Amino acid sequence: MANTDTRADNPGEPGAETVERAGAEADERELGAAGSQLSTSPEESAARRDRAEASAERTGGVPALGVIGWARWFWRQLTSMRVALILLFLLSLGAVPGSLIPQTGVDPVKVEEFRTQHETLAPLYDKLGLFNVYSSVWFSAIYILLFVSLIGCIVPRTWQFVGQLRSRPPAAPRRLTRLPAYTSWRTDAEPERVLAAGRELLGRRRYRAHTTGDAVAAEKGYLREAGNLLFHLALIVLLVAFAAGQLWKSEGGKLIVEGDGFSNTLTQYDDFKSGSLFDSDSLAPFGFSLKDFQATYERTGPQKGTPRTFRATVSYWEGADGKERTKDIEVNKPLEVAGSKVYLLGHGYAPVVTVRDGQGDLAYQGPVAFLPTGDMGFTSVGVIKVPDYRDKNGKKDQLGFQGRFTPTYALDAVRGPHSSFPALDYPVLSLNAFRGSLGVDSGLPQNVYQLDTRKMKQFKDKTGDLFRKALRPGETMTLPDGAGTLSFDGVKPWASFQVSHQPGNGLALGGAVAALAGLAGSLFIQRRRVWVRAVRGADGVTVVEMAGLGRSESPKLPEELADLAADLNSRAPTATLATSTPAAGAPVDETPADEIPADPVDPAEGARA
Amino acid sequence: MILAAATNENLANVSNVLIYSSMAVYTLAFFGHIAEWIFGSRSKVGRTAAALTGAAKSTPAASGPAVTVRTAAGEGGGTAVLERPKVVTRSSAGTRDVPDGPGAHGGDEQGDLYGRIAVSLTVLAFLLEAAGVVTRALSVQRAPWGNMYEFSTTFSTVAVGAYLAFLLAKKNVRWIGLPLVTTVLLDLGLAVTVLYTDSDQLVPALHSYWLWIHVSTAIVCGAVFYLGAVATLLYLFRDSYENKLAGGGEPGAFATSVLERLPSAASLDKFAYRINAAFFPLWTFTIIAGAIWAGEAWGRYWGWDPKEVWSFITWVAYACYLHARATAGWKGRKAAYLALIAFACFLFNYYGVNIFINGKHSYAGV
Ligand code: HEM
Repeated sequence: MANTDTRADNPGEPGAETVERAGAEADERELGAAGSQLSTSPEESAARRDRAEASAERTGGVPALGVIGWARWFWRQLTSMRVALILLFLLSLGAVPGSLIPQTGVDPVKVEEFRTQHETLAPLYDKLGLFNVYSSVWFSAIYILLFVSLIGCIVPRTWQFVGQLRSRPPAAPRRLTRLPAYTSWRTDAEPERVLAAGRELLGRRRYRAHTTGDAVAAEKGYLREAGNLLFHLALIVLLVAFAAGQLWKSEGGKLIVEGDGFSNTLTQYDDFKSGSLFDSDSLAPFGFSLKDFQATYERTGPQKGTPRTFRATVSYWEGADGKERTKDIEVNKPLEVAGSKVYLLGHGYAPVVTVRDGQGDLAYQGPVAFLPTGDMGFTSVGVIKVPDYRDKNGKKDQLGFQGRFTPTYALDAVRGPHSSFPALDYPVLSLNAFRGSLGVDSGLPQNVYQLDTRKMKQFKDKTGDLFRKALRPGETMTLPDGAGTLSFDGVKPWASFQVSHQPGNGLALGGAVAALAGLAGSLFIQRRRVWVRAVRGADGVTVVEMAGLGRSESPKLPEELADLAADLNSRAPTATLATSTPAAGAPVDETPADEIPADPVDPAEGARA
Repeated sequence: MILAAATNENLANVSNVLIYSSMAVYTLAFFGHIAEWIFGSRSKVGRTAAALTGAAKSTPAASGPAVTVRTAAGEGGGTAVLERPKVVTRSSAGTRDVPDGPGAHGGDEQGDLYGRIAVSLTVLAFLLEAAGVVTRALSVQRAPWGNMYEFSTTFSTVAVGAYLAFLLAKKNVRWIGLPLVTTVLLDLGLAVTVLYTDSDQLVPALHSYWLWIHVSTAIVCGAVFYLGAVATLLYLFRDSYENKLAGGGEPGAFATSVLERLPSAASLDKFAYRINAAFFPLWTFTIIAGAIWAGEAWGRYWGWDPKEVWSFITWVAYACYLHARATAGWKGRKAAYLALIAFACFLFNYYGVNIFINGKHSYAGV
């Protein structure tokens, strides 16, 4: 405690002083007991031990003995409030770089860009795990230590709390005048009757009250501690849920052109990520097809072209041959099916083309998904690959087209040909054509959105310029030298979906709700103790004293005590014979109120100091 | 359809006019508060300072005898029969028992008058600003929090609203008036110049009722945390002022004039703590609501997006502050620094992340 050796400066004879001093110390011990565990912070005892060890160190007696001693010392440090505080601070500090440096888990493309731009920094960042902050060794170390500390902290606190619930509120200290809120009056009622009334009154106000000796001891607000424990426990639940989600999650992307379908097997995905404990056999059997996709855009004003709504209408089925149902998927409204969620991620256009070869035979027909380049007008690029093709002499060959699709074609002096609006107001498809080997037979996986032109030759027109044509829907272009035709039949929209399955969501939500409830209990409920003492004075009149003790943040304690006192006073009325000031009648403490020494008056606080 | 569009544009214009009018009235309130502080400086100051230093000298120990007598409800008057028990309170250990200052007007009547005028003007400006926010919402027929302009105007409206609510509840908060009105003017100035965006619809990702829940609680938290941060900052000044006095030092004339009109360090600290502690659960809820929304919109409830990271950092920083208050050797000034860091994180999450870092959360029109 802070002021253990502040004397009670009570002038008097030398002999009286020592007695007085011993009395003050006894008082203090008692006050400490009265305020003990009003907060079950572990520091209470740890601080004392720390201090003992610190003094041991100063005197050369290195902490405890051997490995076990050190281990115990380390454990005590780790579970102390001070270290918990430092770890919390480190946690927030450690989270900062992850928001400033691109993260592989969030945006791998940006990480690659960063690597090429900062050739000296990138390897260093790699070593420090700065591209994967939240799974890096050092960040994990911080939060694992914090959670070990947390467990080491709540387990003993829980036992302590259970112990408190089973025992009774601590007995009244000898001098109630020293407590933060105090009142007293004289009454003609019998002490026993006053105590019985006090106990009944406190019980009615849902205090846990019991009578010991000449006083009633009562306590209220246990839910504060319960809430605090619940909150810290819920944090562990949240961490477990989060970890489970990361380990067993699966997440795949799929682009679907209007009219096409998808069934949930690994081979059908365009890309697929999963946690380290995920088992691909556990993919739930379901599927869906894209019936219709609608997008609307702002038509006027400064935000012209900004997307307003996206809606994908799908029909889906669950199980091997489940019934088909229809549902709209929107940006904030995923489809929930078989424990997975299907989110709408993006959309684009797929020009529908028909390619005929040099013989006039059908070589390719269908929609080809083009990818948006990111401009406001939704200009998209893509390639058309025709692997089965014969030239006009019937020789086997392959064709490839590089295309640019503009939903609303416009031409101006500054930007040249471009798209001025994302909707299909005036669609134009312009193409370059190549012949030769597409490289698809090499067995290597190929990007369907890129054309490998290393073994191909671009078509040239009659004048020797590179062949290039722009088509409106319904138009057909003829390749030079009778190499065939390509007709642009129309445009279909496509939508891309993310199918994700993340276990532990329910647990995380439960943890979050419990944390919130616990926090509310811990911060809004005040824990406080009230004592009522009734003693018959020398003149035969009963002296009633009441005192309250709470945490330093309990602002309402004096008002509550006043309230209780008024209530009790109405049953044990102030004696009519009493002289003017009621407080003067207090027999136990003759010290005038304003000469009370400045000892720790809030032991709950002092105990942790 | 065209008619509806026209009314909407009208409403948007009305909203702009209301916001500009509120700025004009806030400016008048600002001058009112300045007058309050200036008139307040000419009277009583010497006396209060003397009382404070006198009190500090009379008690050698840092913590003097701390006893105040408060009367219980319904003091009976003369006759002993009617007298009810009086409650004696002692302030807790380690806190000086320093009385609160008289407020910006320093007990000067003219100062007080100007202060009252300033508060009345603040009420008027608040009503104008709130009407501006509401008409903006009506003009776009959605929650008015689609971009930083709308966010900023709502933010300062709520901050002023919270301050007025505290005044209405008879809390001792008038001293916040000047700093609050000053920053509200700065905030609105930024909003109408740099951040202004024409009223418009939302991009599809923001179409969700979670927008109402998540963003409204975020704004409320920010606004009251701001009041808490102002109190914390003033606590730090007032605390060093009191320390200096108690240590026998002599603070400068300006510091003396300003600081002793504020509430005592202990009161400021307690005010800040109560605000931060009371709204920490709401901030926790805001993050949870955001995670649920992210789960619906993007398929994962937590993805370490910069906005999420900074909400988390802010949350942990406030938890740090609450822990510090319960940890030996950390309460008082150190805890106050943590509270300021926590609020700085909140601010960075709002301005810094929106402007400097690109994430999924970027608003339209920044
Ligand atoms: C995971 C990180 C943690 C968070 C986010 C957290 C958060 C909180 C919050 C918000 C409070 C409420 C403060 C109040 O009642 O005034 C609190 C109280 C408390 N925490 Fe933690 N805590 C964490 C870890 C820990 C650890 C590791 C310990 C153990 C050393 C601990 C021990 C305590 C204690 C003893 C209290 C009660 C303090 C009091 O009586 O006022 N906490 N914590």
